Amino acid sequence: MEVDLTAPNGRKWAQPLGLFINNEFVKSSNEQKLASINPTTEEEICSVYAATSDDIDTAVAAARKAFRDPSWKSLSGTERGALMLKLADLVSQHAETLATIECLDNGKPYTTALTENVPEVVNVFRYYGGYADKNFGQVIDVGPAKFAYTVKEPLGVCGQIIPWNYPLDMAAWKLGPALCCGNTVVLKLAEQTPLSMLYLANLIKEAGFPPGVVNIINGYGREAGAALVQHPQVDKIAFTGSTATGKEIMKLASATMKNITLETGGKSPLIVFEDADLDLAATWSHIGIMSNQGQICTATSRILVHENIYDKFTEKFKAKIQQLSVLGDPFEKTTFQGPQVTKQQYERVLSYINIGKEEGATLFLGGEAAPQKGKGFFIAPTVFTNVKTTMKIYREEIFGPCAAVASFKTEEEAIEMANDSTYGLGAALFTKDLNRAHRVAREIEAGMVWINSSNDADFRVPFGGVKQSGIGRELGEAGLAPYCNVKAIHVNMAA
Amino acid sequence: MANVYTELKTPTTGAYKQPTGLFINNEFVEGVEKKTFEVINPATEEVICSVHEATEADVDIAVKAARDAFEGPWRQVTPQQRGNLLLKLADLIEKNLELLASVESLDNGKSITMARGDVGAVAGCIRYYGGWADKIEGKTIDIAPDMFHYTRLEPIGVCGQIIPWNFPLLMLGWKIGPALATGNTIVLKTAEQTPLSGLVFAQFVKEAGFPPGVLNIISGFGKTAGAAISSHMDIDKVAFTGSTVVGRTIMKAAAASNLKKVTLELGGKSPNIVFNDADIEQTISWVNFGIYFNHGQCCCAGSRIYVQSGIYDKFVAAFKKRAEQNKVGDPFHPETFQGPQVSQLQYDRIMGYIESGKQEGATVETGGARHGDKGYFIQPTIFTNVRPEMKIMQEEIFGPVCAIAKFDTEEEVLQMAHDTIYGLASAVHTKDLNTAIRVANSLRAGTVWVNCYNLLSHQLPFGGYAQSGIGRELGEEALANYTQHKSVAIRLGGPLFG
Repeated sequence: MEVDLTAPNGRKWAQPLGLFINNEFVKSSNEQKLASINPTTEEEICSVYAATSDDIDTAVAAARKAFRDPSWKSLSGTERGALMLKLADLVSQHAETLATIECLDNGKPYTTALTENVPEVVNVFRYYGGYADKNFGQVIDVGPAKFAYTVKEPLGVCGQIIPWNYPLDMAAWKLGPALCCGNTVVLKLAEQTPLSMLYLANLIKEAGFPPGVVNIINGYGREAGAALVQHPQVDKIAFTGSTATGKEIMKLASATMKNITLETGGKSPLIVFEDADLDLAATWSHIGIMSNQGQICTATSRILVHENIYDKFTEKFKAKIQQLSVLGDPFEKTTFQGPQVTKQQYERVLSYINIGKEEGATLFLGGEAAPQKGKGFFIAPTVFTNVKTTMKIYREEIFGPCAAVASFKTEEEAIEMANDSTYGLGAALFTKDLNRAHRVAREIEAGMVWINSSNDADFRVPFGGVKQSGIGRELGEAGLAPYCNVKAIHVNMAA
Repeated sequence: MANVYTELKTPTTGAYKQPTGLFINNEFVEGVEKKTFEVINPATEEVICSVHEATEADVDIAVKAARDAFEGPWRQVTPQQRGNLLLKLADLIEKNLELLASVESLDNGKSITMARGDVGAVAGCIRYYGGWADKIEGKTIDIAPDMFHYTRLEPIGVCGQIIPWNFPLLMLGWKIGPALATGNTIVLKTAEQTPLSGLVFAQFVKEAGFPPGVLNIISGFGKTAGAAISSHMDIDKVAFTGSTVVGRTIMKAAAASNLKKVTLELGGKSPNIVFNDADIEQTISWVNFGIYFNHGQCCCAGSRIYVQSGIYDKFVAAFKKRAEQNKVGDPFHPETFQGPQVSQLQYDRIMGYIESGKQEGATVETGGARHGDKGYFIQPTIFTNVRPEMKIMQEEIFGPVCAIAKFDTEEEVLQMAHDTIYGLASAVHTKDLNTAIRVANSLRAGTVWVNCYNLLSHQLPFGGYAQSGIGRELGEEALANYTQHKSVAIRLGGPLFG
């Protein structure tokens, strides 16, 4: 049920391979597996068990039993919080191993995984651990004839389906609020990145969570994911992934009217006004599209620049990319950009780059595959300029290191262009003008706006989209509401 | 090197190093005037050791340290980091639970079992406020499209905190939790009767990683160090737990000096009401706990017991029997429930009230005398046949002495319950759903217990009506004591006037 692995940085660990159900690792019901490919070497790392719909039944039954069991149900908020604080401490102690697995499986640089992604997990567990005994109901004074109050109750068994771009972070964002509010969970990992959370599963057991409270499984979306979404004993579905899959899930969930929250795609605009600090704008534009190999739902992949500073900005942007976006083996300290996560994603991004060329945009930088030592799903950081708003590369989510830069004349035009999208996840704007900054932030149709930065999320601030970028919010205090039922209780005092 | 440590011994820990200095800027120091005072063991009446005494000059030094920390390093620490420091401190308290509990029992006289409970509660309280630190949020308020309005919750600054001797560590935890979580710095004066546990605790503050000057803990007397804090021109807020009489003095000093913000948690004479339909056996156990817990040295003690006439005789007989079962003795004996009163002064005061009760004509059902011949031990005492105007019914005794009166109707008992200048706590014992809520909603008290007593939680606000105090501790509400609102109004349009 586990295999000993050694990473290029010398770190060794026992990699679990099973489905984590009731605090134990088990095989899939028909012993089927899925392979995890290292995107840097294109070689198989190992195979893990892939859940069938029978396994989903088993996991959901475990979560349902655990939800009712006094060992979880009777815990006070403070006690639940204490378990989460313990888990945060354990994750911190295992940081290097978790970062290593993440780098191996996802292809993101090891340094990033160690200094950003693992600490994010620790922070989120600690934050929601602290909220567990601070989630209040209300007492509402309607007069002496009635004692009216509300209590916040957990929803029950939560099916959570997470993507491959931030395997550890996305798991924490889902588990944090769900456990804080007293739910139990069946968490389905992405088939592209099945490894890191299986290792973390052992820490969940070590922290003292009762069996069945957190179940972690691997499997295919069409099989395990679909089974989870339709399961009558699952009370809530939370999904992060593409808009297309999000719509599928919403359809499937409607049969049993499941409570759903979705965090889907984006084509977030970054607006550079004439008075912007251009070096600042270039720095954050780079972060906003080239981090994480461009595989970010909130990537500011459409850059709108005032025509008067267009050339000046694009030159600075190009210089920033050339200076910072060092492609290489993600285990090398100097690497900024690793490979795309899978061959499929790699081919998809390359095909969009070709479309961009065919549509007539100017290829300003990059534009081709960039294998390292002859291998790996690497793509050169790519920038298209003179982009028209009708182009596919301007309208569709590419999910790779490819930016489309267009120009505008007036503030009104910039806002109109920014809002001309079926998405509405993030947005960024650069200006020194106090009035313009706050005014434009209010006009943009998006769940989040960054002023003078981009992709600068914080686990304490609500995160989510409008339009087809999603339903509901994660993070901050707002992240609790999707995981509670507000029950109103009326006591007749006139009886 | 100044002599700021001594070696002491307890039956549970054996020998341990006891700091005796003033804890300022993360170091133990002697007082400027090199004064010391003695600490007495209330179970044996013997001197445990001497500790250094803070005078006005030392308060000045501590306040300067707190001010420098507030304007400097503490400002740079993010809310999340503040929270993590508190979580670390909570872990250290738990790790050193036996030591802290033992010192508490030695100095205060409470049983080692109760002391362990107290220390566990301290860790829980600090951990709770650690979780609040990065969740203290202002608002944005939508007033007009050409304006951007928001509020911030900011720390107040340097806070003076003066705590009592009845729960030395717990009171310390209740005070520092919300104050540190919200970004303030502190000068905390422990009670002169019980300075030892706070000094042992101070070591963990440094170990947890708090910057110097953020939390300063000093031993000293109310009339000197306490007065210096209340009237200090560079302390922005004073929080006090203790008697109503001293609370008044502090409020006057605050007004006369710099109008520093004041929160007070003072005395009580809490009514404990038993209806005919109460479960007698369970009620007795709660009523007993309500008055004799901590030797009656609780601000919220249920010291006036009102029993409905239908069960009065049965209740008195059963409660008398229960009171006599309380084990009084050596705090370090595992079966001890009630230890000695904290000092000679307190002992004399309580015995004085017992005398007064007898003289005013009340009946002693049980107790009414010293227990044993060494240490400040008093027998659990019950008075009946009391009249509301008696001293033992109006004044806070703060010892293991209660009075029981009879009532007929709900209206009557509410009037009797409210015949007091206090309003800290209260309780109702009944099986009836609506009686419980209706009476709870009617009682003028900061806490109402239904079918229990003295059950507190760091999550639930605690404080008094009337002369029992100003403000609330614990829960989210305590944060309001240590923050101030700033409103920011940003104009996004042009001029309004020519």
